[in-house]
Amino acid sequence: MKLELHKVKINRLAWGDKTFAKDGVLTVNKEELLSVISGDERLARVDADLAHPGESVRIMPVKDVVEPRFKMEGPGGVFPGMVSDVDTVGEGKTLVLSGAAVVTTGKIVRFQEGIIDMSGPGAEYTPYSGTCNIVLILDNVENIDKHDHETACRMAGLKAAAYLAEKCTGAPADEVETYETPCFRDAMAAHPGLPKVAYLYMLQSQGLLHDTYLYGVDVKKILPTFLNPTEVMDGAIVSGNCVSACDKNNTYSHQNNPIISHMFKRHGKDINFLGCIVTNENVTLADKKRSSSYSIKLARTLGVEGLLISEEGFGNPDADLIMNCWKAERAGIKTALITDEYAGQDGASQSLADSCPEADACVTAGNANEVVVLPPMDKVIGYPEEANVIAGGWQGSLAADGTITVELQAILGSTSELGFTKLGAYTI
Amino acid sequence: MSYRIIHYINQFYAGIGGEEKADVAPEIREGVVGPGMAFKGALGADAEIVATVICGDSYFASNMEKTSAEIIEMMKKYKPDAVIAGPAFNAGRYGTACGALCEAVVKELGIPAVGGMYPENPGVEMYKKSFYIVETPDSAAGMRKAVPAMAGLLLKLLKGEKLGTPAEEGYIERGVRKNKFYDKLAAERVVDMFTAKLKGEPFVTEYPMPQFDRVDPQPAVKNMKNAVIALVTSGGICPVGNPDHIEASSASKFGEYDITGIDDLTCDAFCTAHGGYDATYADEDSDRVLPVDVLREMEREGVFKKLHNKFYSTVGNGTAVASSKRFGAEIASRLIADGVTAVILTST
Repeated sequence: MKLELHKVKINRLAWGDKTFAKDGVLTVNKEELLSVISGDERLARVDADLAHPGESVRIMPVKDVVEPRFKMEGPGGVFPGMVSDVDTVGEGKTLVLSGAAVVTTGKIVRFQEGIIDMSGPGAEYTPYSGTCNIVLILDNVENIDKHDHETACRMAGLKAAAYLAEKCTGAPADEVETYETPCFRDAMAAHPGLPKVAYLYMLQSQGLLHDTYLYGVDVKKILPTFLNPTEVMDGAIVSGNCVSACDKNNTYSHQNNPIISHMFKRHGKDINFLGCIVTNENVTLADKKRSSSYSIKLARTLGVEGLLISEEGFGNPDADLIMNCWKAERAGIKTALITDEYAGQDGASQSLADSCPEADACVTAGNANEVVVLPPMDKVIGYPEEANVIAGGWQGSLAADGTITVELQAILGSTSELGFTKLGAYTI
Repeated sequence: MSYRIIHYINQFYAGIGGEEKADVAPEIREGVVGPGMAFKGALGADAEIVATVICGDSYFASNMEKTSAEIIEMMKKYKPDAVIAGPAFNAGRYGTACGALCEAVVKELGIPAVGGMYPENPGVEMYKKSFYIVETPDSAAGMRKAVPAMAGLLLKLLKGEKLGTPAEEGYIERGVRKNKFYDKLAAERVVDMFTAKLKGEPFVTEYPMPQFDRVDPQPAVKNMKNAVIALVTSGGICPVGNPDHIEASSASKFGEYDITGIDDLTCDAFCTAHGGYDATYADEDSDRVLPVDVLREMEREGVFKKLHNKFYSTVGNGTAVASSKRFGAEIASRLIADGVTAVILTST
């Protein structure tokens, strides 16, 4: 499979009569954009706004972030099973509006939504302060079922992202990245002497606002399966989840999964990267046992020597992470883990809910309980009062002058377990 | 202007006497006493020891909380910027006193404190999370090594300078996690670590796996007929509106709610405050998390004597183990006081 990502670099957004990309500026026809996402009876109001890096703007509560992409050549379309048909993706040519992002906000669905500050101390923690954001403000109709509310917001974000990129086809790419993944017969024979490895890609699947979709399938209903990394780049994995904002993997971070890109950088030099095993994080013990056993069976079938494992969320999924780790290690497969920590506001408690001695190579994306103070911003897109109820906040988090005092867990993507930030933790 | 330091020592280092004088009550003297002279030199012009507190080890050990409070009161009038305690080397009761006092200083006065102990001093394990303890040799022969290290660390804390790792600064690892920005993305760091492990090259894990407390279950309830049963949950069930504002994650409190006369937790009266699971079904019917309805039936059938008229609830999601321990101890003491004999704990 060969996928070319045609990256059109965006460093500025503007409203205009037509949607197009030129000279680093993405001009958006607001009326047309809103017409693409309106018509959903679950939404009472749709609006859009723009936010640039460095501006005194706060966006909250944020549900998801999506990178605009569009399939120009090759089978299928982006976000298969969501906005495109369900054909297998990961081949051909995909247009990427690199540097732009669709951010969905609006009335809160549930506590696990987050904050993006475009400047100030909060901006240092979120990767989405560095993107030019097309913000969709999505307000639901009264008395809507929460599952429907989440679905409506998720679909609006994906539709907008696909629309924006589609309108920019023809814009010259600033950079073309090519990813090629051979079939197993060839992959196994390639790079003799290098260890064959796979990436065990854990996806949150605990129920409402904790679900992730693979080709449109709710992953709590899957058995672990094999996925080509290029499929991920075409939006085969979509986030429908709001575990705490800091360590949910937004759709944007799946599309740009930095673990995959760093595995590719080492591919052919230090490792022979065969691909991804995707698995879920269901709530029952039987599911955890089944999925971990099946994942490690797939790894053994592939004959890999190493498995890099990333978690999504915290607490309950720590049990899945640890089960995956020791089952792999006891099968003779070396592991490295990436997680984040909940060590308390003072950092003095245990960081994980489960552990095993085999987990001796662990990278952490930081302690999500650490408290940060976010000074007021000139403009807030969304509903700042939700700071008092979102995960990481407390009654009184929002001060009268607009200052917000919260745990890092309220900041979107701040302790991303796909390793999307430079944050980490150490012991003093 | 130099920083104002108070030094804490025991009766032995104050020259009052050994074990026979270990019951002397705390006193505060202006200026330096005993090892304070050495600190004076090490601190230089930046800081001055304005007073020294002296207390007998046995006196302190006999009532640690009260003595700490007493000493803190004595200290206040000297308006200290920081406290130095010891060094206590391997003297167990002296180390414990230094630890208890410094913990109270950090908490009550909000100023830095530095101690010095041998790693096996019991005061280390008890108090290392609360303040900085410089590693010293096991006896007073190590005074010349301990003093400059303690003084140097204290000055850094006072000036708000960035501290290096425990090994670089010479203090005993506190076991406290701090965030920092690395030069590389976490994704790159984990791929680096992964390839190093595969090649058999050295690497350092960023998080050594924790050891957990294992709590042995209580023996089974033999006589259910006489049991008074209470319900306790980390599933966040509370009256609609969450009157105590229990946080959706990282809870700082628990709630106590009366269920006298309530046979069923209906959606107009109860919901969940929890932010870590699909709450739809708990909001529809909170008995799914806290089974009051079923227990009332069993109570009527006489399976057990009584369902306790209060339940206790917090949110387990992202909540620190230290907070959970505190909630657990407080809830248990209230249950015991109310004559509860067995508890059903539900989690989510």
